[in-house]
Amino acid sequence: MAVHNITFTLNGEAEAAVVPSHMTLLQMLREEIVMTGTKNGCAAGECGACTVLLNGEPVNSCLVLAVECDGQTLVTVEGLAHDRQLDPLQQALIEIGGVQCGFCTPGVLISARALLDRNPHPTKADVQAALVGNLCRCTGYVRIIDGVLAAAERA
Amino acid sequence: MLNPTPGLPAFDYVKPASLPEASHFLAAHGDTARPFMGGTDTFVRMRDGFWGEKHLVDVKHFEGMNAIAFDSDSGLTMGAAVNMNRVIASPEINAHYPLLAEAARTVASYQLRSRATIVGNICNGSPAGDTTGACLVLHGVLHVHGVNGPRTESLDHFFLGPGKTVLQPGDIVTAISFPRPPQGWAGRYLKLGRNALGDLAIVGVTALGYPDSTATSGCRFRLALASVAPIPYRPVAAETILAENKIDENTIVAAAEAAMNGVKPISDARGSARYRQMMVRNLTRQAVTDVWQQIGG
Repeated sequence: MAVHNITFTLNGEAEAAVVPSHMTLLQMLREEIVMTGTKNGCAAGECGACTVLLNGEPVNSCLVLAVECDGQTLVTVEGLAHDRQLDPLQQALIEIGGVQCGFCTPGVLISARALLDRNPHPTKADVQAALVGNLCRCTGYVRIIDGVLAAAERA
Repeated sequence: MLNPTPGLPAFDYVKPASLPEASHFLAAHGDTARPFMGGTDTFVRMRDGFWGEKHLVDVKHFEGMNAIAFDSDSGLTMGAAVNMNRVIASPEINAHYPLLAEAARTVASYQLRSRATIVGNICNGSPAGDTTGACLVLHGVLHVHGVNGPRTESLDHFFLGPGKTVLQPGDIVTAISFPRPPQGWAGRYLKLGRNALGDLAIVGVTALGYPDSTATSGCRFRLALASVAPIPYRPVAAETILAENKIDENTIVAAAEAAMNGVKPISDARGSARYRQMMVRNLTRQAVTDVWQQIGG
């Protein structure tokens, strides 16, 4: 089966990889680049644990081929903090207790980052709608939503 | 068989340089090749072993595939690779075809809609597609590129069965276009899922209504039902009742019962056949009532 030489920008850095056709973006991140912040949950586009930004828009990386990312720009949870400063969303989730086991957190952060980028002042309903595709089995969502709203207020 | 690992079965990713090249490749490889758009259905079905294509052909990059164009005479043309979030955010679509955006908002999650496309949903021939009903009642026409060049396909005779359409090997849908909707129209999509947001439809009801002096009732309705038949279903008997009788609560109930009695849904994990039929009645009644109030009832 075919392999492809691809280049892309990952968290602001130029990257290159050699990927077989059927490798997903999620597999490339976790198994080739060994950047394991992005999680594999359902592998079917339901749970959102694998959410990353592809050209600024959140996607389920389990349903994107690595080869499709040739020439594109990717951001994972590892790319949210800058200059040793957490993203305001990360800080708010820590303070408000929006993290328990932490498995859903990378995907939640990416979806929430994309929400605040397109809508800096979301309502609670906007946050709920933006996080429909991020399942959390611990928190009951209340503190996650509170954290996103708090981060928006501080920005 | 369920594949519990995150990996997909092996295949070749093919990115042709032109539409003719893509059509010829697909035609030459028959059942072993398939075009894909966002892959939100394709990859799941391949992972679970329902599809075993050896070649997936990326067709998202061709000219016009990502364009949304509105013309006040000819209507809307939307490239096949336009994702559902762009449909929801498009000023032209919200101004002139808000039913498309309303239906798209009910689909899955934001990150799935970053990749999912209306055309891809149609091409997969799912009877559960949330946006397919809107495309049917807005008289959508598919622009198809096949081995003999471009042609158009009406949606009226497009669906043949679950996962089966009139498309042949080599066919690539490049766009969907919609004429200007009738003067004074209004539309509604009501979806019943197991939860408020994000689920597949147990039942979906699309209704479009418009004033029409040639109808006895003074208006006509176009209805489409999701998840209750092998293909997206137009309950013609209900539409006829709404055209031929003075519209009041009794007529709307009669039409809703005709829609209910015209479908023979299956029972599955999302709902029983009986429940689905009753929800067809309830949602049809509500959707038609909503539209009727908007068009001057």
